[in-house]
Amino acid sequence: MNIIGESWVTTKFENLEDWAQRNSFWPFPFGTACCAIEFMSTLSSHYDVARFGSEVVRFSPRQSDVLLVAGTINDKMAPVLKKIYDQMADPKWVISMGACACSGGFYRAYHVMQGIDEVIPVDVYVPGCPPTPEGLIYGILQLKEKVARDRKKLRARAKSIAAEGEPREVSDRADAGSATA
Amino acid sequence: MPTLAPPPPETPEAPAAAATDGLAAVRARFPAESITPQQGLDQPTWIVEREILADLARQLRDDPATKFDLLLDVAGVDFPDREPRFDAVYHLCSLSRGARLRLKVPLAEDQPLPSLIPVWKAANWFERELYDMFGLQVSGHPNLRRLLCHEGFQGHALRKDYDPARRWILTEDKIYQPKFDLPQTADDLFERMIVNIGPSHPAMHGTFRLMAVLDGETIVASDVEIGYLHRCFEKMAETHNWQQVIPYTDRLNYCSSFINNVGYCRTVEKLLQVEVPPRAVWARTILSEFSRIMDHCVCNGSTLVDSGGLTNFWYMFQPREEIYGLLESCCGARLTVSYGRIGGLAQDLPPDFMERSRRLLEIIPPFIDDVEKLVDKNRIWIDRSVGVAAIAGDEAVNWGWTGPCLRASGVPYDVRRAHPYDLYDTVDWEVPVLYGGDVYDRYRIRMLEIRQSLSIIRQLLDRGMPEGPYITDDPHVALPPKEACYNQMEAMIYHFKLIMDGIQVPEGETYSMVEGANGELGFYAISDGSGRPYRLKCRPPCFPIFSTFSRLIDGGSVSDAIVSLGGLNIIAGELER
Repeated sequence: MNIIGESWVTTKFENLEDWAQRNSFWPFPFGTACCAIEFMSTLSSHYDVARFGSEVVRFSPRQSDVLLVAGTINDKMAPVLKKIYDQMADPKWVISMGACACSGGFYRAYHVMQGIDEVIPVDVYVPGCPPTPEGLIYGILQLKEKVARDRKKLRARAKSIAAEGEPREVSDRADAGSATA
Repeated sequence: MPTLAPPPPETPEAPAAAATDGLAAVRARFPAESITPQQGLDQPTWIVEREILADLARQLRDDPATKFDLLLDVAGVDFPDREPRFDAVYHLCSLSRGARLRLKVPLAEDQPLPSLIPVWKAANWFERELYDMFGLQVSGHPNLRRLLCHEGFQGHALRKDYDPARRWILTEDKIYQPKFDLPQTADDLFERMIVNIGPSHPAMHGTFRLMAVLDGETIVASDVEIGYLHRCFEKMAETHNWQQVIPYTDRLNYCSSFINNVGYCRTVEKLLQVEVPPRAVWARTILSEFSRIMDHCVCNGSTLVDSGGLTNFWYMFQPREEIYGLLESCCGARLTVSYGRIGGLAQDLPPDFMERSRRLLEIIPPFIDDVEKLVDKNRIWIDRSVGVAAIAGDEAVNWGWTGPCLRASGVPYDVRRAHPYDLYDTVDWEVPVLYGGDVYDRYRIRMLEIRQSLSIIRQLLDRGMPEGPYITDDPHVALPPKEACYNQMEAMIYHFKLIMDGIQVPEGETYSMVEGANGELGFYAISDGSGRPYRLKCRPPCFPIFSTFSRLIDGGSVSDAIVSLGGLNIIAGELER
């Protein structure tokens, strides 16, 4: 590696893996409404989310590790959202962008889900109607920290299970707390 | 290669007397008791018995003296205490005469309405919506199923006795099953395959579902499902007072939210008969045009992305960012502005409004030029768009099209020209018209309209900002200034009344329209004097356009379908409300 010249860096492989994962999200943009337009603004040249390593949007749930729900999710869309989440490979995280995705927003109505956490777990809630690109970027930075914490917990859990010798279902949702941007 | 046509002639305005004669002649052909004109409304209104509706509709469309070729909107209204309980309200427009007519058909729950699809194809989805929201039966409809609510929904949401917050879970066995109109041919060389595209698919813009029967690469038949973003705008409007509806209108067409504000506020102002001060009218016109530019930028940018031209998307998004800056300085929000108020604007324009707007006029054109240079004569783009998803003008009118998509098919109908409002009749501009009716012309027409919008803004800026208040001083409509609230008893009472009870709109009904970014954006409002809209029906311009989608893509290839969706500028928030 010529970038660091002749010197050496020692690290554990798992640390390298952590570092790579938290600095390079591949978001799946589940954009339905107004928030999706602000998400496009965040992607485009002015705000350039590539500075935070999250510009590689993937429209296949198989290729992405962050589900970015931008916009109102209604009862008709709920099964679709659940299916997309189930299709994503572990480990995976969810950002809920905007008031509608967080809580239904001001649509307290017969066809609108009152927050996507009715059907899928959420890691970061970004408030706003719609959130500004700065708000979304702050949410992504919050998720970065959470990913670092989550991966440590996941490893510890996997180790303890290995020590006990009992095959149990490993869930990356062991901690119930979630950050709010 | 399609070229820009000369400016179209002004819409000929038939004398009012001739129009009433035409209506009277049609009316005379039916039994006198079956049509009752309703007096004292904003446009001619007939109360029609449902038995003659189909005949009457056909005559109104075909009689050269009436020639109502465009079905704008069908709205249902529920009066639980009245017998019969429901009204189906049809809004008709004659493009050649500029006349409008409203038909009201009273009917009970078990009385089916005749389907008007043979007369206006636009009626298809409107009638399905009527069935979905009010449970009204339509006889002769080929696919009378729910349109906006999901299939597991019980009851009919816009009936007055439906609880606004009552939700139903959608289970997998109830998911919409497509219905195809398969052509009856014998040349089945290949096995047919059904593909499902969307709703979570980048080319379906996140919220539409297309199911297509393929023969090789060709779409033989298709069915479109919507409703993935139905968020109950009309029911929400009924549960809020008149001012509180403004933020909901922002989220109809969120690409140009200010135009929605203006459209809604103009409707309520028409009911209240409030005069808007010149400063607010001036600002509304300018900001509407900026919003139109933003909308066209998103539409053309995403069309080009769908066909593989990502660079243009970045180029088209930068003007938007710049316009966001202006809106942010006006009201603090970027996208969903809520800047309009009934009677004017939410607050005064910023002191540097003129400089900022002038700067925008210099910044925006280079981006448009760049995209035109990249795309207009690009071989790939031309091959993918010329002749794709083409529709002729008269057919588009029958499907209920308005706006840039209709003007790309050669029909010069623009609300700003045909029924001028705000300052559009005082500036010098032209309605661009193209005749190809395909994806390429829909792209070109938006580019031409951006330039027209810039020209309108430039003329208004040159005229100078009118002095005076930014909102009407009628204390029953607009909040008094904060200082007055603290120092004058009277102003404080007005403030209290407006906040607690809202604006008291007198009983009545009206339909008012503006030119939205993709067509005629209309609001049909009924007030019963209770301080809340009794019924507020939005006429979304992309609703009839999207109902044509199957007709546009059948017979083409799958890749053509993807390109044609972008050019139609379908905004889910407005389509499904």
